[in-house]
Amino acid sequence: MQIIKDKEIIEDHWQHIADDPIPPEGCITVSLNRWKAEKDRLIARDGGEIGLRVSTEDSLDEIADDLKHFQLIALGFPTFTDGRTFSFARLLRERYHFQGELRVIGDFLPDQVFFLSRVGVNAFEFDETTDLNDALSALNTFTVAYQAAADEAEPPYRRSLSKPTEGDASM
Amino acid sequence: MYQYNEFDQRLVNERVAQYRDQTRRYLAGKLSDEQFRPLRLMNGLYLQRHAPMLRIAIPYGLLASRQLRMLAHIARTYDRGYAHFTTRQNVQFNWPKLEQVPDILADLASVQMHAIQTSGNCVRNVTSDHLAGICIDEIEDPRPYCEIIRQWSTLHPEFAYLPRKFKIAVSGAPQDRAATKLHDIGLYLSKNETGDIGFEVLVGGGLGRTPIIGQPIRPFLEKRHLLSYLEAILRVYNLYGRRDNKYKARIKILLKELGVERFTERVEKEWRQIKDLLVLDQAEIDRVENHFSPPPYEPNVAAEEILDVHKQHDKSFATWLIHNTGQHKIAGYAAVFLSLKSPTAPPGDITQQQLDAVADLADEFSFGQVRSTHRQNLLLADVKKSDLYNLWQELEALDLATPNVGTVTDLICCPGLDFCSLANAASISVAKGIHQLFDDFDYLHDLGDIKINISGCMNGCAHQSVGHIGILGVDKKGVEWYQITLGGSSENDASLGDRLGPAVPKDRVVDAIATILKVYTEQRMDEESFLAAVRRIGIKPFKKQVYANH
Ligand code: SF4
Repeated sequence: MQIIKDKEIIEDHWQHIADDPIPPEGCITVSLNRWKAEKDRLIARDGGEIGLRVSTEDSLDEIADDLKHFQLIALGFPTFTDGRTFSFARLLRERYHFQGELRVIGDFLPDQVFFLSRVGVNAFEFDETTDLNDALSALNTFTVAYQAAADEAEPPYRRSLSKPTEGDASM
Repeated sequence: MYQYNEFDQRLVNERVAQYRDQTRRYLAGKLSDEQFRPLRLMNGLYLQRHAPMLRIAIPYGLLASRQLRMLAHIARTYDRGYAHFTTRQNVQFNWPKLEQVPDILADLASVQMHAIQTSGNCVRNVTSDHLAGICIDEIEDPRPYCEIIRQWSTLHPEFAYLPRKFKIAVSGAPQDRAATKLHDIGLYLSKNETGDIGFEVLVGGGLGRTPIIGQPIRPFLEKRHLLSYLEAILRVYNLYGRRDNKYKARIKILLKELGVERFTERVEKEWRQIKDLLVLDQAEIDRVENHFSPPPYEPNVAAEEILDVHKQHDKSFATWLIHNTGQHKIAGYAAVFLSLKSPTAPPGDITQQQLDAVADLADEFSFGQVRSTHRQNLLLADVKKSDLYNLWQELEALDLATPNVGTVTDLICCPGLDFCSLANAASISVAKGIHQLFDDFDYLHDLGDIKINISGCMNGCAHQSVGHIGILGVDKKGVEWYQITLGGSSENDASLGDRLGPAVPKDRVVDAIATILKVYTEQRMDEESFLAAVRRIGIKPFKKQVYANH
């Protein structure tokens, strides 16, 4: 299956494991519950990388100490209007300094990828019906932004180069 | 007023392109109704009873004449020749075609306007005092802060999908004319003991189904922390606000469920972690403030004498002067209200001809600017007193000089059953009925300051719960009935109205209002206002009379 990662369409090699047995080989993600229950075994496993699936009902405080074990965190949208995902992403990047892949899964729209990329998400796993090229171009919807966020540490008034001088487009 | 630079303009242009693409994909069947809904709402487009409704932002109610002419153009080209001003200083069009909305937005962008975040579960247009910058009691002009908040909140990547809508108001004067306590966040510019100016922060006010007055969570916030503090409140709300029940999703419910202390603790804790990361620099405040420097006034203390002559000659002019003009901080100037409450038009409506004409009058008499008010009127803020007589004659000819500002017939009213798909009952026809009680302006003026607010359903778009008299449309087995409340206020002494009694049927609602007014004139002491009288004598005497024969 293909996903968007770092502004490219690539073949995905991660497997999301639900209640099935943990495969010895390959990169896998597990839910927070499963992580908590089988943490030691999962850490000891050396057949591939570990990722964590976080739902909007989970608490980031609970995973803060374990972040070093994950190469990927997959934030799940229960519905595309659940905006907690956006705060989760930003906190993971800006407060917890998570450096690995931050991916969104579940019910979300290509129309949301621009904001998601601004809050620190760098990978997008859509369902099969979505045209990934549409989503890819949506990453460039805006070339300007008023806020500091995960992608930009300073607000525009501190980015003297990107904020042009006064009166350029006066009425 | 604020002028876009290239950066601001580019953002609005790119938003138009984005929305054009979304509309195209929706019409091509690539986006479902469900998916398109929040996307169009974030751009102010509702689908209602007869046609879509498009709400356009008027940041803190300020319009340039050129923008007014664009609204006239839109009314002519894409609508049925008129526009409607709302209680949040915005403007709405009731008949645009969905497929033409991208073109409307492109036209708006050409005059530095947009419909971004005028609806949907996001941070809405920031509102303020319509007398900002000209009133005598101001601590500081709130508009630069409104603009700074507008920019910060526009397309904020983290807060576009909040549990529910989110409204912010800023007031710069001790006298609250912006209903600040009835916003999700209300900010009062205030001075601390050492004389520094900052903000008092209130959270959790709101109207709608569960009206609540906001509570102070911070007595003084330094200006430099304005944005980080807002961001902390929004983040706490975004993370912990309820998403399971639409009617419990506003921040006021979170505040209630956590209690103000725990809520404040969470906000402060969040804020301490970000306050040094997002600082509002004085240089930026200065930059924005420069856009609001006073126009080139020509103070003239002798203007009163000219006015006196006209007043003596023309009684109608004198009456209009009392009701439709207000004080200005510069000698020789006045603020002029243009009443959108003529007996012949629905409250808040204005035609395209009137819009064009008002733009011309603004150019001629008021430095080319117009303001929209919370009570659905317009304001020319900076008129020379020596021009008032001429201006009045022009406004008379345009049917914009009904001398009723601040009186019973200056009522605010939502679109109701005539346009809104959520309505239980009509509101415009009730407004009309109330107008018909007053063919005699003397009686109207004798009643003084009475604010009537009429909403067609529980959503309370016309803020009936804070009207001195509130009228709320309810549905009883498919028939229109009205719930009446007395004693509400949205000002400093903000309060929610008390229910008069059981709802009254449609054919009795205007009579009931007439009776209430009669009780007031019988019971009032000296110059006592309606609100003061209700607070003194309570609801009983009104109730007794209204339900006397039923
Ligand atoms: S109060 Fe109700 S009827 Fe009136 S505009 Fe709002 S939603 Fe529609």
